[in-house]
Amino acid sequence: MEAFKKITGTVAPLDRANIDTDAILPKQFLKRIEKRGYGQYLFYDWRYTESGEPNSGFLLNKPEYQIAQVLLTRENFGCGSSREHAPWALEDFGFKAIIAPSFADIFYNNCFKNGILPISLPNEKVQQLFGKAEAKKGYQLTVDLEKQVVRDNEGFETRFEVDEYRRDMLLNGLDEISATIQFEKEIMEFEKEHRIFYSI
Amino acid sequence: MGKTLYEKIWERHVAVKQEAQPDILYIDLHLIHEVTSPQAFDGLRMNSRKVRRPDRTVATMDHSVPTSDRDKPFEDKIAEKQVHALRQNCKDFGIKLFDLFSLRQGIVHVIAPEMGLTQPGQTIVCGDSHTATHGAFGTLAFGIGTSEVEHVLATQTLKQGKSKTLAVNFVGDLPLGTTAKDLILALIGKYGHDFGTGYVIEYRGRAIKGFSMEERMTICNMSIEIGARAGLIAPDQTTFDYLKGKPHAPKGEEWEEAMELWSELYSDRDAAFDRSVDFDCSEIEPQVTWGTNPGLVVSVNGQVPGIEDFPSEKRKMVENSLEYMGLEPGTLMTDIDVNTVFIGSCTNSRIEDLREAARIVGGYKVADGVRAMVVPGSQMVKQQAEQEGLSKIFIDAGFEWREAGCSMCLGMNPDIAGPGDRIASTSNRNFEGRQGRDSKSHLVSPPMAAAAAIKGHFVDVRNWRTKIAEEV
Ligand code: SF4
Repeated sequence: MEAFKKITGTVAPLDRANIDTDAILPKQFLKRIEKRGYGQYLFYDWRYTESGEPNSGFLLNKPEYQIAQVLLTRENFGCGSSREHAPWALEDFGFKAIIAPSFADIFYNNCFKNGILPISLPNEKVQQLFGKAEAKKGYQLTVDLEKQVVRDNEGFETRFEVDEYRRDMLLNGLDEISATIQFEKEIMEFEKEHRIFYSI
Repeated sequence: MGKTLYEKIWERHVAVKQEAQPDILYIDLHLIHEVTSPQAFDGLRMNSRKVRRPDRTVATMDHSVPTSDRDKPFEDKIAEKQVHALRQNCKDFGIKLFDLFSLRQGIVHVIAPEMGLTQPGQTIVCGDSHTATHGAFGTLAFGIGTSEVEHVLATQTLKQGKSKTLAVNFVGDLPLGTTAKDLILALIGKYGHDFGTGYVIEYRGRAIKGFSMEERMTICNMSIEIGARAGLIAPDQTTFDYLKGKPHAPKGEEWEEAMELWSELYSDRDAAFDRSVDFDCSEIEPQVTWGTNPGLVVSVNGQVPGIEDFPSEKRKMVENSLEYMGLEPGTLMTDIDVNTVFIGSCTNSRIEDLREAARIVGGYKVADGVRAMVVPGSQMVKQQAEQEGLSKIFIDAGFEWREAGCSMCLGMNPDIAGPGDRIASTSNRNFEGRQGRDSKSHLVSPPMAAAAAIKGHFVDVRNWRTKIAEEV
């Protein structure tokens, strides 16, 4: 996984609450067995009309957001299914950070495994950022994970919380599996005592 | 101070504790299916890793498989490739697979309990958010992403932070003619579909005690629809009776040993939950959702609400919902016509659900212009329903009777709703496009769905017989 330290990028303000993983990456694309290439299907049912034409009204179809790296959205982002295809699609499209008042649990967790930083900010901060991003074309934010701040060049700056372990994981692009495998001996010890009552 | 059920299960599974890091939690049972596993196996191959405990891993195919004509090649070639990939992966890594023609094939959350693999006090994970279903046995079960599937395959553990605990105490008895599905929908309706975020819920109270395992699974299944990581119900005699004699349940001395451990699985009297709510269930009525998340729900005798009925921060969501659903505020729920009925999904496709639905259907015909289908949760359920004559009741009434799978719950296989179709569905999600692009889903219980199929619109099943008699 790629490490995440600090990025500065265009903010795409997607003003909708409860965006679920079905909306982020619709089911018809879950049949692929690959891990890459989902960016083209991101928000598919909103981005394309029934006949497959780009829907010019949709935010991410506007030229200025083709290079967006920060997704700004509303509460409970990523609710619904556990599909990791959702963060894969966001990452593949180019998003590195997502700012929202709250995230659904599994999605939040999945982001960290794919080099995306989800940031929860209080409602009024999110509101303020929507004001800025909607008023100014190409509005940019800097997300600094080391310092745990989000800021723009107009004086906006706010700190965000992230648990230390996940922060380290992103900062170092850590491979969690290799880290756990180091404990093979301990896991084997544990298994000796641990009772399981089924066999297959 | 006492411990909650969650804490007890957690502590029994901490394999490694580290300073300033999440615990490494041992996983007792890992369930996999065709959709969220292929990339995990690729990851293993890329790093020349093996599946650490193939004997703790069980696979089936449910999400994208067809529910008819299984002897023919798949219509959907990409889905077929995915199913082939699962077969190959299970073969290469030595994992037990309940394949398309196995009598044990079915929705992953239906087959593990019915085989007795799901047992109290375990940790169970699966790359699927409705893994919470297994919590009905007092087992800590939750959905994970594909990276975590790979982590479990490689290590049989997960690195996990602890969740907060939420006690939901049901007060009073469930009124006659209402179901577990109505109860959980009413709960989500009251508290909102993100109320449980960050929590593991323990459901308690007399109503829960009185529920069968099937009903408990319906409750726990929808924990994720309230945002929770998992749902739990303390095991009791109902749980043990259900398990006894199941193919993979312990036998003889092992059963005794298991019972010793299982009987300690409850929250101590003085255990502290991070949060606790009481929910009075004595007044609830059959529920029907009207919006695009499960929390947007009213009684069948209610009406579609208006935007002003909601606080300002919710209005935009309500407006989007009404627009997508094509509903006018003030419309009586019983005036909403449906043209599609889906009885199935890991929420409501077990044998009891089918019995309940068949009770309503017996002797009637599906309304003109309605496409109705029953999709059993597993091939075992299907076989049992056929033996009990339920399938005949459905088929005679004009329902399609299908093979087991997820089917129209998410429309990844050919069972997909068309644009504009309005569905009475026993599944768990009514998100935009969930059952097919531009289709409109209303979540209900199995008897409510069955009644809607017969009448072509929603009706209160509590006066089913009398109402029909009056109209004749
Ligand atoms: S039945 Fe529906 S909710 Fe359940 S596992 Fe299948 S797709 Fe998911």
